[in-house]
Amino acid sequence: MDQIIVQILNGLDKGSAYALIALGLTLIFGTLGVVNFAHGALFMLGAFCAVILSKILNISREVLVEGETDFLGNPLMRDVPVVYDWFGEAAGAAIIDWNVPLAILFSIPIMIGVGFAMERGLIKHFYKRPHADQILVTFGLAIVLAEVIKYFFGANPIQTPAPAAFTGSLDFGVWLGFDPLTIMYPYWRLVYFFFSALIIAGVFAFLQFTTFGMVVRAGMADRETVQMLGIDIDKRFTFMFGLAAAVAGLAGVMYAPIVAPNYHMGMDFLVLSFVVVVVGGMGSLPGAVAAGFLLGILESFASMPVVVDILPGINQIIIYLVAIIILLTRPRGLMGRKGVMED
Amino acid sequence: MSKSNFTRRGVLKTGAVGGAALALPQYLRADGHAGFTNAPGDSEVVLGFNVPQTGPYADEGADELRAYELAVEHLNGGGDGGMLNTFSSKVLDGTGILGREVKYVTGDTQTKSDAARASARSMIEKDGAIMITGGSSSGVAVAVQALCQEAGVIFMAGLTHSNDTTGKDRKANGFRHFFNSYMTGAALAPVLAANYGTDRKAYHLTADYNWGYTTEEAIVSSTEAMGWETVNSVKTPLTQTDFSSYIAPVLNSGADVLVLNHYGGNMVNSLTNAVQFGLRDAVANGKNFEIVVPLYSRLMARGAGANVKGIYGSTNWHWSLQDEGSQAFVRSFGTKYGFPPSQAAHTTYVQTLLYADAVTRAGSFAPCAVAEALKDYEFDGLGNGPTLYRGDDHQCFKDVLVVRGKENPESEFDLLEIVEVTPVDQVMYAPDHPQMGGADASLGECNNGA
Repeated sequence: MDQIIVQILNGLDKGSAYALIALGLTLIFGTLGVVNFAHGALFMLGAFCAVILSKILNISREVLVEGETDFLGNPLMRDVPVVYDWFGEAAGAAIIDWNVPLAILFSIPIMIGVGFAMERGLIKHFYKRPHADQILVTFGLAIVLAEVIKYFFGANPIQTPAPAAFTGSLDFGVWLGFDPLTIMYPYWRLVYFFFSALIIAGVFAFLQFTTFGMVVRAGMADRETVQMLGIDIDKRFTFMFGLAAAVAGLAGVMYAPIVAPNYHMGMDFLVLSFVVVVVGGMGSLPGAVAAGFLLGILESFASMPVVVDILPGINQIIIYLVAIIILLTRPRGLMGRKGVMED
Repeated sequence: MSKSNFTRRGVLKTGAVGGAALALPQYLRADGHAGFTNAPGDSEVVLGFNVPQTGPYADEGADELRAYELAVEHLNGGGDGGMLNTFSSKVLDGTGILGREVKYVTGDTQTKSDAARASARSMIEKDGAIMITGGSSSGVAVAVQALCQEAGVIFMAGLTHSNDTTGKDRKANGFRHFFNSYMTGAALAPVLAANYGTDRKAYHLTADYNWGYTTEEAIVSSTEAMGWETVNSVKTPLTQTDFSSYIAPVLNSGADVLVLNHYGGNMVNSLTNAVQFGLRDAVANGKNFEIVVPLYSRLMARGAGANVKGIYGSTNWHWSLQDEGSQAFVRSFGTKYGFPPSQAAHTTYVQTLLYADAVTRAGSFAPCAVAEALKDYEFDGLGNGPTLYRGDDHQCFKDVLVVRGKENPESEFDLLEIVEVTPVDQVMYAPDHPQMGGADASLGECNNGA
């Protein structure tokens, strides 16, 4: 029983990441009709916003350490972060420690800007082209973005730890009446889950309870009628692209302490996120979220040693297997709407 | 009246024959007069450096390339000479190799066997490389070594730690300076037993490929010989980034040690996840829970950050070694590039010098003559103490370093501390050891090429 709870918890945070990426993908597909294969790269860029902020906060001046030498025997120069000079050592250290939460604020304008630039600079030229062209150009863009990141940051993962207050694990099992140390769960993963839930709720509330959201939903349902009413729906859809980029970026920022960012992480998530979108139903926001959590949890269960012992390799194919079964029984996915991508 | 011999048809014929000759792979042309593939001319010799320039091990590949460039510089008489000054053999005099200036070409393995073979083939056939060296993965090393055997060139392996490279997949044209999984197990197990006791239960997470299997086998066998019990071993996909599903069951498995048979990005992420799940602070079976990383690299340790503190592993070489050879290499490399070299850089630099030295001692670039010069060759002054290139399997035997993540690093390079230099006798094994392919493993015949 305890193992089942552990795997559900694991699945929830993995599912949170899938859900956030799939939510952005669906937003873009539902509004602009674009299949955006660069969305994983936006997740990766978000994670690198945390890395970049960390580099900025750690900009240092060199101080000579009397009596010590470096590896070549030269006088040792030690790096002292400039933020120590500005805010004092304790406050400076705290700012560096809280780099990832601060990166949330840092990443939002950057990711919205990247989203705008992508949409206005490249993707808008492909609206009327076949989906295959859109996939090719966005996939190419994803490769370019990954290579740019690798050029500046190298190929190895870059450790981006959570604040010290969130290191360690919660003894979740004790709350449920199990023995101590039976179900441990890292604090930061809990934070990630609640953060994701907050973002998802925020996006839904924005679409459901604001006039802007109402117009966007109307545009998703019938773009031509909305335009005939004199509303510049394209401008709103461009904003939605920026919003989707910001959602993917935030998912990446908060994921940085869970898996050390590397230039390839976007690709790792991209294919799975597309499966999530298809399983959830093309264009369905609730479907994307539900499928994200469902597949995240299933993937966790499939990785349990007892399951792998019985069905070797199941951990690597479970998501695709479930996708096939769902699409065979419900061809439009879990919550797909009639007519979407069926022309 | 003069008569011209040039006719349209004649020019076409000559052009066609000449074009076909130029299109022939260079190694098919060169060996005609020298009896081996890619015989060099009188002025220069070309070496092929096949390293991961893209892909997950690109940083290690970049460090290997730096070391190769440094080795070429030293062989050609540039720089401060580095380890040429400390090498026990004194035949290299800074005039290239056998009087030829050393040139090099590079290829990108992408850490993929097929891409690595393609780039090695290109360097041999198009660029005329007489020797191929490099790589940062055992899968790549085994694949490229087999190609070099077929093509008739020497392969000086880079960073490859799987037993198979000089075990069941050993080749007469292939040579490895780097240590291997068996040696890691033999060196690490006694240190683990001394620090954690002999009554331990281990849980292995193993990368699902060639190197992972041999490392798991070596660690399981050597730790069980010390009294440890292996509770479970789980294979993890090489592409895995989040290991939480694999880490979560460990605490309730009855194990009190987690062995991460992972390298590169896998190791960084699995170790990070293990620390996040509180394994380092946990108590199991009345003992502190421990984590072990059999193969460390400094570049990897930098990726894992503070998570490596106090964790044991092994390494082929470390820049903090105080012997004359290591110091000379660190000085050369550090002066040129501004930071200390990694173990990948060290092994590739040493392999290049060893190749040049063997050619010079043999007085020939012919692969079989070079192989003969390397066989059972004993040398010193290259950073690992007295070393033997064993003739039976073309594996170097030298002391092995057991290291631990440093608790209080003084710089971004100061991440590992050497806790023991395990003497070579303790890591020696028979050439037909079961982990090395048993009695069936054979080098085969040396190949000079067409």
